[in-house]
Amino acid sequence: MGTMMDLDQSLVELRQTFRSRRTRSLEWRKSQLQAILQLLRKKEDKIFNALHQDLGKHPIEVYRDEIGVVEKSINHALSCLEKWMGPKKTRLPLVFFPASAQVLPEPLGLVLIFVSWNFPFSLAMDPLIGAISAGNVVVLKPSEHAPATSSLLSETIPLFLDSKAIKVIEGGAEVCEQLLQKKWDKIFFTGSQRVGRLIMSAAANHLTPVTLELGGKCPVILDSLSNLSEIKLAVKRIVGGKWGSCNGQACIAVDYVLVEDRFASVLINSLQRTIEKFYGKTLDEYQNLSRVVNKHHFNRLRSLLDDPLVAASIVYGGSWDEEKLMIQPTILLNPPLNSELMTEEIFGPLLPIITVDKIEESIDFINSMPKPLVIYALTKNEAFKKRILSETSSGTVTFNDILIQFLCDALPFGGVGPSGFGRYHGKYSFDTFSHEKAVLQRSYWFELEARYPPWNDFKLKFLRLTYKFDYFGLILLMLGLKK
Amino acid sequence: MAEKELKKIFDSESACTLVSELRKTFNTGKTKSYEWRVSQLKNLQKLIEEHEKEIIEALQTDLAKPEAEIHVGEIGMLKSSLKTALNELRNWMMPEKVKTSMTTFPSSAEILPEPLGVTLVISAWNYPILLSIDPMIGAIAAGNAVVLKPSEVAPASSSFLAKYLGEYMDSSAIRVVEGAIPETTALLEQKWDKIFYTGNGRIGRIVMGAAAKHLTPVALELGGKCPVIVDSVINLQVATRRIIGGKWAFNNGQACVSADYIITTKEFAPKLIDSLKHEIETCFGTNPIESKDISRIINSNHFDRLSKLLDDEKVSGKIVCGGQRDKSCLRIAPTILLDVPEDSLIMNEEIFGPLLPILTVDKIEDSFDIVTSKEKPLAAYLFTNKNKLKDEFVRTISAGGTVINDISLHLAVHTLPFGGVGESGTGSYHGKFSFDAFSHKKAVLYRSFTGDASVRYPPYSNGKVRMLKALINGSILGIILALFKLSKD
Repeated sequence: MGTMMDLDQSLVELRQTFRSRRTRSLEWRKSQLQAILQLLRKKEDKIFNALHQDLGKHPIEVYRDEIGVVEKSINHALSCLEKWMGPKKTRLPLVFFPASAQVLPEPLGLVLIFVSWNFPFSLAMDPLIGAISAGNVVVLKPSEHAPATSSLLSETIPLFLDSKAIKVIEGGAEVCEQLLQKKWDKIFFTGSQRVGRLIMSAAANHLTPVTLELGGKCPVILDSLSNLSEIKLAVKRIVGGKWGSCNGQACIAVDYVLVEDRFASVLINSLQRTIEKFYGKTLDEYQNLSRVVNKHHFNRLRSLLDDPLVAASIVYGGSWDEEKLMIQPTILLNPPLNSELMTEEIFGPLLPIITVDKIEESIDFINSMPKPLVIYALTKNEAFKKRILSETSSGTVTFNDILIQFLCDALPFGGVGPSGFGRYHGKYSFDTFSHEKAVLQRSYWFELEARYPPWNDFKLKFLRLTYKFDYFGLILLMLGLKK
Repeated sequence: MAEKELKKIFDSESACTLVSELRKTFNTGKTKSYEWRVSQLKNLQKLIEEHEKEIIEALQTDLAKPEAEIHVGEIGMLKSSLKTALNELRNWMMPEKVKTSMTTFPSSAEILPEPLGVTLVISAWNYPILLSIDPMIGAIAAGNAVVLKPSEVAPASSSFLAKYLGEYMDSSAIRVVEGAIPETTALLEQKWDKIFYTGNGRIGRIVMGAAAKHLTPVALELGGKCPVIVDSVINLQVATRRIIGGKWAFNNGQACVSADYIITTKEFAPKLIDSLKHEIETCFGTNPIESKDISRIINSNHFDRLSKLLDDEKVSGKIVCGGQRDKSCLRIAPTILLDVPEDSLIMNEEIFGPLLPILTVDKIEDSFDIVTSKEKPLAAYLFTNKNKLKDEFVRTISAGGTVINDISLHLAVHTLPFGGVGESGTGSYHGKFSFDAFSHKKAVLYRSFTGDASVRYPPYSNGKVRMLKALINGSILGIILALFKLSKD
């Protein structure tokens, strides 16, 4: 736990490192990325343990959502880094001849990364990979709500990475406040909208650019499917997309499902069967399910069910175990739309099903809510897909699957409106921590007299034609043939 | 009909109503269509074509801008911007197909640009027409509704914009709100989908702070002290004229990318100063303070501000050229100062006027330390023919944009992003970058119901772990091996 002075000293050291230009070289960046790979390999068991302690995650979930994704990101970055770092030549209109133009990416400088508690390892590492690839120095602030992972990061990162360029600062709200008073060249935040506002307000004092990866209520539009196997598959994906990743505590987890009235009971039965197949029947049996992160969120989720109208809409589940911080996967059918369950991001194992007469009504329903991070649409109707794309807005739209867009490095990952702004993954991670500097080079010969005062009619005509890129007109003018 | 209508105060309630109206229009989907966007851009073209005379009048009233500068710096830039947007819009609106990897096979993906919604453009006084309409071109091209708040410090231009944008544009989606602090504050309280601000860092902070309450993304085009490093290995005459073109012939230094100060070697300074004096005379005559080919200072506040910089006792003795002032016509002569102390006022704020300090160093390479010790500027310039120095400059100096052997020209290149970094701002625009600045790039992943990897779901097993590892890493060999091992299990 650092004092204000320790923090200041750390920042001075980091800025000195940045000024020394050590973090600019391809070699340094690659060495740091490879060091993270080493960390993953050598400390894999410790990572499994920390995540089990913090969230009760099964090792496979840990591999899939925390270690594997990071490994993939690093391998991708290592293979593309040199290309990303190189200047991009741009085309110039003839009128600027002789000149050359390019855009050169450069690191922003001193970067602050705030990590959230639900994927406390990968949401630290993934942005860190971006920041390092782009050549920055970094302070990583892990979430205090995932204390085992926070300690793990604090202990292992200095063992493997350049500790004069990458530092981990642990702590709670007080430490966050201290950090936010300092001047950063970029802040990357993953978390809630409420805290996102505070971060951006603080960043405004220093004109620090921010990326905010927030959340929202991610809906699933479930259209009618033609055969049983497709329905089964769709349901598997919904179940996996709700409870399979941190038990609903993910920004891209399924929040609620929209389905036509006539399919509701088939859906509910199917969901029930699949839940029991994947996870078990009772609270005692549950395997492969993360727990709720802490008492505060447990109480928050439980109180969502306190509303008697909400409780009355439960069709499956609804029980809990306070000691184990477990809530049964719970399905609700048409809870009141003004309940907190339907106005706030659930971030837990409760799944409302909202029925509509015709599935097309989902579009209006979704548009009546704030823009979410993802819209999932399980449908084979091409016209409907087009309507969803053009009539709704969200960070991402995924058709016929859930969560998997997270693994697609070529797609930007980020929100819009209240679900956030800025994006990362793949090259977008590199870009989000870079400044793209325009570089225009000119030479001295072929100087255009008309550029300078004293102004006269000829020069005026000349300039007007130049701006129209009217090369022919320019030639005529110069030959004295243009009026 | 009343002769004089009572001017309604534009307060929070008015702002709220305005935003609701525009949101209603946006939600109808009207502004998303290609046809609407093209029609509005063409209306802008018509507006500029048909009222060129009024534009020139307004700018001459506000700034006494020479006509040539108006054509180059405002009208010409806008025409070029509109032409590019109209030519390229279809391309810009098209989804960008994206390659997917083994990990999500079978799948296809694309990135779809969509408008952000209801946007606010706050403009500045120095290029009051350009800096109002250019960002609007981006907002409209991207399919948004727009509110423009022109600068009250350039009142004739503000009236021009309110009148003619009102006449030519679709007022259900595009509006102008004139006014000063109270009106801007009322606007900033509302929830926008994007705010684009051009101006200074102090207000930039206020804009971003207001945006934070609604998690509104912002683009801030600010300023800074744009340095010009002048080496001795150059074509002195051309370089001098380009510096003049980037200072006094550039809205009289009142431009965010104009040359703020020069750094050169002690040895070369006298030659440079002589050349500047000579070329200033060629361009502006023997009494440049009277030249009609230079814009005047915008108003008495800024005149006083600049006078204060000259009155600073640390610099008043350092004037080597110019220095004359005429408050009645708001003019200060092109003024060069030599070796002002680094802690003087003039070296610690953006000058934004006709004063040009020259700092000298022993070796030209020492200039880089001076530049990097200050906040990152919007632009940085270097005049040299030495390739090594050019490389070092581009490598070391961080700025929004950099130009070698010229000044500010990069803002006319629509294929280059124009924007700042650090104190000089965030975000960029021009050309496609304008379209992007006002768009959300929506990621779309298409999957099907075939090809489901059961390894994704519990109950979990060792075989599943192996397969999962291979899938995530997109390794075909790994997948084959895992399948083989899996079948053995």
